[in-house]
Amino acid sequence: MQLDAKIPGGSLEEKWDRHRFDLKLVNPANKRKFEIIVIGTGLAGGSASASLAELGYHIKTFCIQDSPRRAHSIAAQGGINAAKNYQNDGDSIWRLFYDTIKGGDFRSREANVYRLAQLSNNIIDHCVAQGIPFARDYGGLLDNRSFGGAQVSRTFYARGQTGQQLLLGAYGALMRQVAAGNVEMFPRREMLDLVVVNDQARGIVARNLINGEIESYAADAVILTSGGYGNIYYLSTNAESSNVGACFRAYQRGALFANPCFTQIHPTCIPHTGDHQSKLTLMSESLRNDGRVWVPRNTGDIREPQDIPESDRFYFLEEKYPSFGNLVPRDVASRNAKEQCDAGRGVGLTRCAVYLDFSDAIQRDGKDVIAKKYGNLFEMYERISDESPYKTPMMIFPASHYTMGGLWVDYNLMSNIPGLFVLGEANFSDHGANRLGASALMQGLADGYFIIPYTIGGYFAGTTLEPITTGHAAFNQAVQEGQAKLQRLMSIQGKRTVDNIFRELGKIMWEYCGMSRNAEGLDKALQLLQNLRAEFWDNVLVPGTDKNFNKSLEKAERLANSLEFAETMVFDALTRNESCGSHFRTEFQTEEGEARRDDENFCHVSIWEYQGQEERPAFHKEPLVFENVELSQRSYK
Amino acid sequence: MKKLPKTLNLTLKIWRQQGPQSKGRFEKIPVKNVSVHMSFIELLDSVNEQLTLEGRDPIAFDNDCREGICGACGAVVEGRAHGPEKATTLCQLHMRKFSDGDTIVVEPFRARAFKVVKDLVVDRSALDKIIQSGGYISVNTGGSPDANALPIAQETADKAMDAAACIGCGACVAACPSASAMLFVSAKVSQLALLPQGKPEAAKRAMSMVKTMDGCGFGNCSNHRECENTCPKEISIVNIARLNREFFKASFALEE
Repeated sequence: MQLDAKIPGGSLEEKWDRHRFDLKLVNPANKRKFEIIVIGTGLAGGSASASLAELGYHIKTFCIQDSPRRAHSIAAQGGINAAKNYQNDGDSIWRLFYDTIKGGDFRSREANVYRLAQLSNNIIDHCVAQGIPFARDYGGLLDNRSFGGAQVSRTFYARGQTGQQLLLGAYGALMRQVAAGNVEMFPRREMLDLVVVNDQARGIVARNLINGEIESYAADAVILTSGGYGNIYYLSTNAESSNVGACFRAYQRGALFANPCFTQIHPTCIPHTGDHQSKLTLMSESLRNDGRVWVPRNTGDIREPQDIPESDRFYFLEEKYPSFGNLVPRDVASRNAKEQCDAGRGVGLTRCAVYLDFSDAIQRDGKDVIAKKYGNLFEMYERISDESPYKTPMMIFPASHYTMGGLWVDYNLMSNIPGLFVLGEANFSDHGANRLGASALMQGLADGYFIIPYTIGGYFAGTTLEPITTGHAAFNQAVQEGQAKLQRLMSIQGKRTVDNIFRELGKIMWEYCGMSRNAEGLDKALQLLQNLRAEFWDNVLVPGTDKNFNKSLEKAERLANSLEFAETMVFDALTRNESCGSHFRTEFQTEEGEARRDDENFCHVSIWEYQGQEERPAFHKEPLVFENVELSQRSYK
Repeated sequence: MKKLPKTLNLTLKIWRQQGPQSKGRFEKIPVKNVSVHMSFIELLDSVNEQLTLEGRDPIAFDNDCREGICGACGAVVEGRAHGPEKATTLCQLHMRKFSDGDTIVVEPFRARAFKVVKDLVVDRSALDKIIQSGGYISVNTGGSPDANALPIAQETADKAMDAAACIGCGACVAACPSASAMLFVSAKVSQLALLPQGKPEAAKRAMSMVKTMDGCGFGNCSNHRECENTCPKEISIVNIARLNREFFKASFALEE
């Protein structure tokens, strides 16, 4: 397979400018003749829909929720990075670029990441113009904070609700275009299939979640902004409806999936309390600035934390990583917490938690200082767990949070299917093997506001599109396939609920394809997944009918996709015989137990091509070329 | 050793309605061994597991983020939108706030402008319509000046942020005796009227959003203050005062 990432020539700094000039333009009068479908209304989808509509394209935008304002970007807390250097502390586009490439453990494209750093500044300008109430200092200028271990203060924030504010900004812009008649909004729709005609993406088939009808929509291009697949672990910080379905169907229709095993596990989430648990809530990792992580030194020590003397406490991060201590990167902190719990030192109701103790910090700085820094987080913790972190140590445990892998796209954010563009978390392009804090919002908005408006024009101007309607045979076929799948799900009438099987999928993935992996476990996962798929199609129980509002059916349809997609993740993890970023293979570690990257053999994007149900997908590589940065090994000892 | 989790036995008296045209009714569902660590949404999940296995129709309810920010969830629990806890969405309400043996009454958000879709699910698209009529600053992507070119007093930015925290759940409407959306409208009008970027359109925005609110079938503010009392994000009715001011100013400034 010939894969061309279409990276423009010239120096890194010039590539995007040059490319924008080289892209052909669509005459303003002709733009209104093009119809574009956008799937999802998070930061990427909302911003893309609005910006493209402003240019005059006709947009049809779809979302799963009852309103586009509810997409899960809304839950991002921390902030958004930009290389403004307002703090005069040595930041620059180059430094943001370098930090992002290095943070991704050198598994992303230089050109894409550099462009992201360049556009970061435009995002902040635009969002302020939209009226987003970012935090400000006493002089009225924008405030910044340092985030996720960055050595410069480049993170813009709106209290702990930055994602909400940025999303509502994009939502406002989208609503303005709905009012102007440039965007048709379709809420409560779930994409069931991508329609490809003459090798071009020409539409979708979607289920109306209110009345159950399967609807067809034709267009000249399709943009997927449906987010990531972190929910594959069942327990995650994702929203209930976040799912891989849209991307997975595109994958089944020929779009390539890149680096599916790169999934980020966030270290500071509130632990689960039992099998009823449906999601995990994340707390800002800034907590690790003052909290000390520990577990009882002896396994099976079930005393209350205050009864465990200092000598029986194991501050495992501080002992193992004396120079970084509790501030080691997300993946290192997460992995070590799970190791301790697996070794029998876990605490809390399910023994799947470690302490994050603020008593030393409170003693040192006083309760008021700690309350000022973390008051809202402590309050959130207490609301959920009913314990006050001022009095007793917090308990934390890692949770699936973000997925760096996604559909493969070129520099134009177009997949290998012409006319199918993929933005935001749904694509793979910018974060390599690990994403830095406050970079997800930046990427979603860069893709939607500032990249797709240029690159989609280049596609239209250089392509011949035959007129097409939803009467085309490809639409009929997709509708029939969708209907058949739903009817099959309804007809099984087995004994296990969808959630019951979903939880089992989550446990398999968490255990064998989570924070640390090895060949033996991954092989076992393949077997377990195969059995679980068979069990699902034999024994799932979906109540109601497919002809009306039926959440169980929605979930079953998503789970069917996840059960199949999980296997591609495992293949990817098995094939990448190295450890890098979030992907830790226990066979590939240094003597100190650190990730051992293998740049000689694995400095590439791993790309998977669907081959059919129960078939192993075909494997392809896109080599990564580093002309501007030197590959270095990280060390936190 | 941690105390063993307490469990509760409860009775749900919950609203069941097949569709917008059907007649609804309360159904009593006994629920046993409810962990006190569950959220109210997880309680509904577990009831649905039970109903599904018994071959009965699960309860339809909206939810998504389950961390109190997306605004999807919501029901009237024990006569209060989002339940008895202050500043808490339904998904963040935990069962430890209830007692063993309780009967809990659960209904959808009721308002003329919110049609019941099924059970606890209501159609809140009227809130999107209101935003469409002016809840934004009309700026196209590209060409914005440098973000620091326009200093905004910290206090002003903070007030704008207080208003902007609205999650659009509709609890204020459900709590209001007149089913008014004034708190919702005023939150957006305030946020944008406070900020210099929003000034050019302030008059038009206030007029247009109030007009759309009326057109969607929401009532008028009757100063009961139920809205701010029930708002999970504690949006203050100071915003309604600000909306009234903006609306009056607008009626002088704009000639119809």
